[in-house]
Amino acid sequence: MATLNIEIDGRALQVESGDTIMDAANQAGITIPHFCYHKKLSIAANCRMCLVQVEKAPKPLPACATPVTDGMKVYTRSEYAINAQKSVMEFLLINHPLDCPICDQGGECTLQDLAVGYGGSSSRYQEIKRVVRDKNLGPLIATDMTRCIHCSRCVRFGQEIAGVMELGMPGRGEHTEVMPFLESQVASELSGNVIDLCPVGALTSKPFRYTARSWELSRRPSISPHDSLGSNLEVHVKDNKVMRVLPRENEDVNECWLADRDRFSYEGLNTAERLTQPMVKYNGQWMETTWQAALEFVADKLKTIPAEQIGALSTPYRPAEELFLLQKLMRGMGSGNVDHRLRQSDFSLDDKAHGGFWLGMPVTYMSRLNRMLVVGANLRKDHPLMAHRIRESVRWYGELNLINAHEDEFLGKVHAKRIVAPSQLASTLAGVCRALAELKALPVPDIAAHGVADDTARKMADSLSGGETRAVFLGNMAQHHPSYSQIHALAQEVSRLAGASFGVLGEAANSVGAVAVGAIPGCGALGQPALKGLNAQQMLAQPLRAYLLLSVEAELDTHDPVAAIASINAAEFVVMMSPYKGKSLDYADVLLPIAPWTETSGTFVNTEGRVQSFSAVVKPLGETRPAWKVLRVLGNLLGLAGFEHNDSKEVLRDALGDTPLGSVQAFLDNEVSGVKVEPPSPGEGLERVAEVPIYQTDAVVRRSPSLQMTLDASLPVARMNSRLIAKLGLQENGRVSVRQTASALTLKVQRDDFLPDNCVRVPSGHPLTAGLGPMFGPITAEPV
Amino acid sequence: MANPDSSLRLSAESLALIDVEVAKYPPDQKQSAVMGALRIAQTEKGWLKPDLIEYVADYLGMPAIAAYEVATFYNMYDTQSVGRHKITLCTNLPCTLMGAGELAEHLKNKLGIGFGETTEDGRFTLKEGECMGACGDAPMCLHNNHKMHTHLTPEKVDELLDKLK
Ligand code: SF4
Ligand code: FES
Ligand code: FES
Repeated sequence: MATLNIEIDGRALQVESGDTIMDAANQAGITIPHFCYHKKLSIAANCRMCLVQVEKAPKPLPACATPVTDGMKVYTRSEYAINAQKSVMEFLLINHPLDCPICDQGGECTLQDLAVGYGGSSSRYQEIKRVVRDKNLGPLIATDMTRCIHCSRCVRFGQEIAGVMELGMPGRGEHTEVMPFLESQVASELSGNVIDLCPVGALTSKPFRYTARSWELSRRPSISPHDSLGSNLEVHVKDNKVMRVLPRENEDVNECWLADRDRFSYEGLNTAERLTQPMVKYNGQWMETTWQAALEFVADKLKTIPAEQIGALSTPYRPAEELFLLQKLMRGMGSGNVDHRLRQSDFSLDDKAHGGFWLGMPVTYMSRLNRMLVVGANLRKDHPLMAHRIRESVRWYGELNLINAHEDEFLGKVHAKRIVAPSQLASTLAGVCRALAELKALPVPDIAAHGVADDTARKMADSLSGGETRAVFLGNMAQHHPSYSQIHALAQEVSRLAGASFGVLGEAANSVGAVAVGAIPGCGALGQPALKGLNAQQMLAQPLRAYLLLSVEAELDTHDPVAAIASINAAEFVVMMSPYKGKSLDYADVLLPIAPWTETSGTFVNTEGRVQSFSAVVKPLGETRPAWKVLRVLGNLLGLAGFEHNDSKEVLRDALGDTPLGSVQAFLDNEVSGVKVEPPSPGEGLERVAEVPIYQTDAVVRRSPSLQMTLDASLPVARMNSRLIAKLGLQENGRVSVRQTASALTLKVQRDDFLPDNCVRVPSGHPLTAGLGPMFGPITAEPV
Repeated sequence: MANPDSSLRLSAESLALIDVEVAKYPPDQKQSAVMGALRIAQTEKGWLKPDLIEYVADYLGMPAIAAYEVATFYNMYDTQSVGRHKITLCTNLPCTLMGAGELAEHLKNKLGIGFGETTEDGRFTLKEGECMGACGDAPMCLHNNHKMHTHLTPEKVDELLDKLK
């Protein structure tokens, strides 16, 4: 691209041709007032606030939409420019209400700020201002539509980033209103971003509404504890309480966006369910006690139980320091029974992997892939912002191929897709593998021998052999799948044949970190050999005598909640470390209040292996303590060596060495070898398709009232296609009784013609479906 | 996709007309035909109920709200039900200079309705229009979006109304 010489406000600049005056000014650090311009959105040029003077131009020009030309001389602060800007401001203020004192945007409002610089001190407009009825956009976004200045950022966000145009601007001129179609709620999992984008107080946060003024808040950096992207957060705190969460810009991770889960989950932090005092059950009665007494009690009890009869389980949503100390504690006691892969059901890769599984590339690369194959992923709900990056790739003519057991709207163009019953996932992948080998005239890998290269497989193979940047990704469902090892090995073959990079989309905030610090049996920190032991499934299939649970809500967090609860109930001693009481009141013997991510320092390793440490943003609630401290003291009480850490940084150093990033990166490897693939037996009867609903993934999200009111948190239903509804003699929207191993459950029938035949889709991880059984496998359904 | 309410479904003739509009654009840009499609739908059904807009949007594979934006932007689309005869009176400057203001008063008095309203018997709807691009013949009105009546006077308006049953 050619370089042009221009001048802005007398400063000579060199800029790329194709840049706008706004781009050039931004590079030079010159601020031009604006509303509708946003660096991540298309140019609308409809607010006109950015008018500037350009030499030889007969009228002021909008800086955001005017490309630079060689020799251009721009004046952004000349009298002529300022006059134009002031006139625009006068027009904008004609209809804008003067309600700043009761507006939540006050103090962080672009209109307010710019009005100070460009607004008149009084208005020449004597007529009545227009009034616009507020819209109900759902539980997350509050509206005051009279304040809207029609910059259209929120509309463009839907079209261009969220992938779904939920808001529009019907009407014309003064009658223009921003609204959804027919009073519908916004349903996008990225919807909260319009709150940040709206330059005025028309769209504000509903949960935060009227709870604090922006200047009373201290802003503290943190990392999101939910999906495996590790979005960077700015947590706003007042009086030692988290008031709201905003994105902290990081171009390499979340850009300037946040998923709603990251933004609104904080509401779950201060619920009445918080555990604030250590508690011990004496004769079936819960008694509050001191930390000293509780921990001594735990240590004494653990000493009486053989180590191999103790199991330690954590969710993958806990910081790396805690996971490291948990496994160190267990191994110190002489047991390798430690795991965090609570929803996994196939662990046979444990002795075939060469390192920790990861994305296989930096997150940023996901925005510019030419060819993609994604297997078993609910992209939008499991990885909202990575889905946005893939949509970006698709928008730049990338081809997305999907293999999955259900078809939820991806909100972007899909090149080829194959929706099959879970039991057929592996063989479908084998088909693509064979098609690719045939296309490239290479020998068909043994593990794909049973694959059938049908038209779709060939179309995918074709697609995967083109382009320059290619990737194969495995999603959460693939990882939870009972044949995960086969799917992984086949995907690896596909990527090898296609010359594509191969990645595993991390399930949770610290899925990669947990493996890196050795919270799995047989593998210590950074892959050092360590005591073998039972994996999560083995620990929960048969009762052990004692369980150490790190924030595990067994009825919701596990692959087979029925088996998990049965085992835990049968144990003689259960220690629950959790920020919440929850159902553990029923099955635990000791409850230890540990800090959620806002009250402790710690580290999450995201799916690309980025090591992100964070500090506490508020003080622990009540007697709550950071879990790493609890585990360290427990180590001391048990008389174990190597529990002398003074702060979480020392724990991290103990776990990952002096250069955590480098060591983690060196440890990551998706390569597996020696996997045997068996052709699937033809399924009989019905199969369950289960996913974890987006707002049920972890303990904090589950307790966030506003997220629980969204459409994504609707009550579970049993979804099946019309053929199955007819075959079973059911009625759409009628009721059906579903059953796996244990008790039956009555659910509403919902027709979903995108589901494969003989599949019943019932979400897992939900209190209502906890009695059902494993996430995959046979299920029966009959009329009630 | 398709709306379950069959009363919204357009006739085969209308759909054929829409297909002609669609054929004018590249296959992945069906939504470019939205203006024509809405016009055809309105001609068949009388006015553009939101559900009908949604139906058209689905047919073109575009978001309903985007079609709704178009329908509410151009004032020849009716998003409220209208009478058998829709009189759209131009009230822009040249027409106003030539007496459109008085004509408006005359029409309102005679029909007993204001702009944007429909007579109780469902015979007339009165609408305020924008410049019709024929200011030389001002003042003027449009009958049912298709027939233009120019050089209007109160008498000519009375005559016109009498003819429209
Ligand atoms: S609601 Fe806010 S973001 Fe949307 S158009 Fe109005 S001012 Fe812009
Ligand atoms: S910022 Fe340029 S017109 Fe709005
Ligand atoms: S002003 Fe009435 S036609 Fe132009």
